[in-house]
Amino acid sequence: MTRFSLGKYLLPTYVFLTFLFLMVPIGYTFVYSFNDSIKSNIIWRGFTLDNWLNVCDQADVCGAFGNSLLVAVTATTVSTVLGTMIAIALVRYRFKFRSATNLLLFLPLATPEVVMGAGLAAQFLDFGWTKGLTTVIIAHVMFTLSFVVVTVKARVATLDPALEEAGRDLYASPMQVFWKITFPLLLPGILSAAMLAFALSFDDFIITQFNSGSVDTFPKFVYTAAARGIPPEANVVGSFVFIVAIAIVIAVQVRSAMKKRKLLSK
Amino acid sequence: MATEFIARGQDLELKGIRKEFPGFVAVDNLDLKIPAGEFFALLGPSGCGKTTTLRMIAGLESPSKGEILLGGKDIAGMKPHERPVNTVFQNYALFPHMNVLENVAFGIRQRKLTEPLPKAEKALAMVELEHLAQRRPQQLSGGQQQRVALARALVNRPSLLLLDEPLGALDLKLRRQMQIELKAIQMEVGLTFLHVTHDQEEAMDMADTVAVMNQGHIEQLGAPEVLYDRPKTAFVAKFLGQSNMFIGKVTETNSETTSIEYKGKKITGLTKRSEKVTGVIAIGVRPEKTNFHETEPVSDPGLNILGPGEITDIRFTGVSNQYQIDIPAIGVMTVFAQNVGRSPVVELGAQVYVSWKIEHSFGLSDLPSGVEEDK
Repeated sequence: MTRFSLGKYLLPTYVFLTFLFLMVPIGYTFVYSFNDSIKSNIIWRGFTLDNWLNVCDQADVCGAFGNSLLVAVTATTVSTVLGTMIAIALVRYRFKFRSATNLLLFLPLATPEVVMGAGLAAQFLDFGWTKGLTTVIIAHVMFTLSFVVVTVKARVATLDPALEEAGRDLYASPMQVFWKITFPLLLPGILSAAMLAFALSFDDFIITQFNSGSVDTFPKFVYTAAARGIPPEANVVGSFVFIVAIAIVIAVQVRSAMKKRKLLSK
Repeated sequence: MATEFIARGQDLELKGIRKEFPGFVAVDNLDLKIPAGEFFALLGPSGCGKTTTLRMIAGLESPSKGEILLGGKDIAGMKPHERPVNTVFQNYALFPHMNVLENVAFGIRQRKLTEPLPKAEKALAMVELEHLAQRRPQQLSGGQQQRVALARALVNRPSLLLLDEPLGALDLKLRRQMQIELKAIQMEVGLTFLHVTHDQEEAMDMADTVAVMNQGHIEQLGAPEVLYDRPKTAFVAKFLGQSNMFIGKVTETNSETTSIEYKGKKITGLTKRSEKVTGVIAIGVRPEKTNFHETEPVSDPGLNILGPGEITDIRFTGVSNQYQIDIPAIGVMTVFAQNVGRSPVVELGAQVYVSWKIEHSFGLSDLPSGVEEDK
């Protein structure tokens, strides 16, 4: 019985400590976003809301954040659209080089980011393109695409082709079948793929560093600022992103729980 | 409500249909004519090409060769959504992201017809599911989903309704009930039904005409009674129930009767019930057409008599008993006897004779495999 009670207390304690350990840096970031700092944001100097209210006073923070948003939204949109089409093609159709395409799509997942970033940089140099937002977006589309394809493919594989055939049988043209049957049924997979792509793009540093030239994204700004002291406004942005992400997760959980309850109650 | 769906069925005709897939021919030179308003069953084992045939009619596969005529018009080149044909899919294929009513209204909405929802409600009423209109398909039982699939197809009043093993996923009791309902609905709406199945009881029970398919071609086509009573090939004889088969050389044939010699015994059938009357042929008889006797019956030219043999197995199946009788030098025969209470009481090991009327014999055009031949 001793073993049993040991497990009863040991395991929860262990889990609690793990979570605590994981949460400390986030908690630190959040708390220090309220620090009334002067130059560096390392020593606690007192509580203030100024950082939150005037986050854009520190011009670089907001500019970098805006760039990150722009890159992430654009790259996510492009790679989600392309990736969804590739995923459907790979599952549904037999064509030449299908297995080769499958393999190639896995390469970016396996390649170290440094190698990919450097490779892309060399490529852009070769083309004589100036590094900037465009090259960053292209690079991000490239490395998020594989994640989108893998995620959406799993969803397409579980989609019964008979449903699309039933649509065609019931007087829907191929285009109507896609929008009325295929797309709504793939939507959960497409949305999670998009969220993944957004998260990957938004906080990417290595590939961005190689391909952005003088343009600052938020991770790049924080990295550079770390050398001379990160401004509390960066903590504000970080905390804000974290809160939004958590809010989305909670909203999704609540919604699916409500849906389940609704289904069961009938 | 029946008037909403009355007789708009059309003739279907397949001419020289062939379908090749890489490496094999699924359907080979198939000719078929289904008159308007008929309940037609395409029966065969899995892999015989029956589902491929159905998919070609629906437009989900295109034939490599041949014509598909619906009401005299060739539809082989038309896309599935352009054909006045609807399908009840094997696993129903109900759209999980729509409720039952939206599922049924889908076809009407696609064709931009008026009043999609009232029409869908009427169709649901026909299958007695109007109270479940707001549910999602995944909340319904298998039988209910099957009925929704049927309503979703019927609401469009297609010229031809295709049913792809629609009862395959249901349990036995529900399947029997749905067979009766399906047949009743077909009579009510008067549409042409093409039903694909591998269940011979289901096909015989519901269809006006049954076509037995094997390896991409039709073995035999006809009314269920005819197919059962007078199979023309060994495949049909075996697929539609059990039979006792004898293979031997024809010893005498005239306009009335044809006899073969099987291991020294003469087995006779009617010439008009024989596909072939020369060389080595197979003669069969259904087990329920045979009788057994504890004493040797009086010899009669109208009877085939074999025996005596030993009863090696008795199986009670409710309405009838199935006996296995091992006759020395002849082999094992199967005899079905109705459980009417006056059949002779026999026990395992009893010695009996087997007889049947010669008009119950049927002569096949080919030889069954796996049956011993008397050279």
